[in-house]
Amino acid sequence: MAELTYRDAVIRGIAQEMTRDPDVVFLGEDVAKAGGVFKATVGLYEQFGPLRVRDTPISEQAIMGAAMGAAMTGLKPIAEIMFSDFFAVCFDYIANEFPKSRYMSNGQVKCPLVVRTGNGGGSRFGAQHSQSVENWCMMIPGLKVVAPSTPRDVIGLLAAAVRDPDPVIFLEHKSLYATKGEVPDGEIVDRLGTASIVRPGKDATILALALMVPRALAAAEKLKAEHGIDCEVVDVRSLVPLDTQTILGSVGRTHRLFTVEENPRLCGWGAEIVSIVADEAFYDLDGPPVRITTPHIPLPAADILEDLALPSVDRIAERVKRSLEN
Amino acid sequence: MAKLEDRALAPDASLNDDIGEETRLRMFRIQVEIREAEQRAFDLFLQNLVKGTSHLSLGQEAVAAGCAAAMKPGDLSFCTYRGHAHTLARGVPIEQVLGELMQRDNGLMRGKGGSMHLTSVDHGVMGSYAIIGAHLPIACGAAWRAQYKGQSDVSVCFFGDGTTNIGAFHEALNFAAVWKLPVIFVCENNLYMEYTPIADVTAVPHPAADRAAAYGLPRIIVDGNDADEVYRTAGAAYDKARSGGGPSLIECLTYRYSGHSRADPAKYRPEGELEKWKERDPIKIYRERLKQFGVGDDVIVGIETDVKRRVDEATEKCKAAPPPSLDLLTTDVYADGGFAWRN
Repeated sequence: MAELTYRDAVIRGIAQEMTRDPDVVFLGEDVAKAGGVFKATVGLYEQFGPLRVRDTPISEQAIMGAAMGAAMTGLKPIAEIMFSDFFAVCFDYIANEFPKSRYMSNGQVKCPLVVRTGNGGGSRFGAQHSQSVENWCMMIPGLKVVAPSTPRDVIGLLAAAVRDPDPVIFLEHKSLYATKGEVPDGEIVDRLGTASIVRPGKDATILALALMVPRALAAAEKLKAEHGIDCEVVDVRSLVPLDTQTILGSVGRTHRLFTVEENPRLCGWGAEIVSIVADEAFYDLDGPPVRITTPHIPLPAADILEDLALPSVDRIAERVKRSLEN
Repeated sequence: MAKLEDRALAPDASLNDDIGEETRLRMFRIQVEIREAEQRAFDLFLQNLVKGTSHLSLGQEAVAAGCAAAMKPGDLSFCTYRGHAHTLARGVPIEQVLGELMQRDNGLMRGKGGSMHLTSVDHGVMGSYAIIGAHLPIACGAAWRAQYKGQSDVSVCFFGDGTTNIGAFHEALNFAAVWKLPVIFVCENNLYMEYTPIADVTAVPHPAADRAAAYGLPRIIVDGNDADEVYRTAGAAYDKARSGGGPSLIECLTYRYSGHSRADPAKYRPEGELEKWKERDPIKIYRERLKQFGVGDDVIVGIETDVKRRVDEATEKCKAAPPPSLDLLTTDVYADGGFAWRN
């Protein structure tokens, strides 16, 4: 067991898979010699060499297309798109190419690749380097979508993503890179499509993803300490496949549902989950489900405004308390 | 634009038998097969037996034949939505192609892809892509795999003149050149992007070849209606790629006899243009070429008759084939064979 940053966990996760399988290759902008703009790939070039860890031009379509062509013909590429906002300039691959090739070809074409990207806000980068784009990806049949919140999950879910036969979008949260967590020694391999109850509780279920997980946990501690409200916090971890059984099970015990979503409100992942719960567990609920989200706005750059926009510990705690009091 | 259409019918070069009769007969057969199958596809539209859309390569057969004949087994083709010709040229059975156009269970992808997405991995046809430019980077990736694994296959990527104005074209060319990838980009310049003349929307006269220098590549223009010229040029590019010399960009000058798609009657063409190009019809050129090399009429007519019979047989099989089974709706979304996104 060692304490590792989320950033170093990315390095360890990629290295673990590249060591295991020579068909795993890695490409992206500034990822090799420079070690990545977030320093999340430092040392990989030195360890695995220039044939397996490759710098690309600023050509997101070329990166994504090259990853796909390599995946179709036998490699297991990991592609990095520096900021998830840049998905917009290579969205053809995310929306039209990776996910549809198997279906359109009646199962002939395979696309086992991972796209890693820096996602989410909190860095004061403004509206084009801060977005949470998980819902852009979640809506596309054929993709899998993962967003880890801890260093251990980074390694385990990245390993699962690399070994998965389908295209996986792996959303690393930029504001978590410096955070630390305990990580066991040796190989770590997790399973996609599994949510994790990170804090058991009996009064309400709070679902969260990525950066919102530590905030939901802090809010739960605050609610317990200040109001005696005992919340269960579920780290959703994987949007596709979605672990609805863990979610429905939790709601069945607590009878209240809150989602904490960093994405702007419309069509966030929480909306899909609320609809599933309404459809399948309506009579388990003792009150209306509540979505705590960023408003329907582009993210501002100024710290005071960005902090106001993203769900905060205080906002989560206040909203849960108000709802349970009614 | 070079005045290829004004050239004499027979090539002015002295007869060069570097290609050989076996390959020539193969290229002739491929061209006739594409011509007959595409014409049949058009006829089947009119009978409402081909649904959706379709983009024919009538008039462009020599590009597909020359490029495919120069390939080796294991080489990979990446096509656009105008991909029937390149699919047939790699040896995919006519019945499977027509069956896919007719959206029957005997189709190449059992009706799940349709005319614009013909794919036959077993034949090296790694897909037909309906988003302009998307497959150029994908072909780069397949070539990267060959380079990384030390395999000798090349990836050949076909596209139209209109593709040269989209970003992915330029990203792929630069990427392939920097990484020295064994990929060959083949632009079929048929003079029209869709309904608009390519010259009206492009800053340079030769939409592909005039961009090659920007990526450190030689300027290559070939008569796309002469399968021999295509074969020689493509073969040289493949050899270069296989020996580690990196990518090539080839602009083939040709002409599309039909409209852009089923919906397009091609009324934008100047009067006489189509007729002028038909004087340089690729199959007409090639029939003459075979005769120059002493191939008898009986052999030529024999191939034509055989291909027509095969197209007729394939048509009848497709007409008799059932539609896709309904369970296909939800198969192969994910690698487990199904479409489950939750537990």
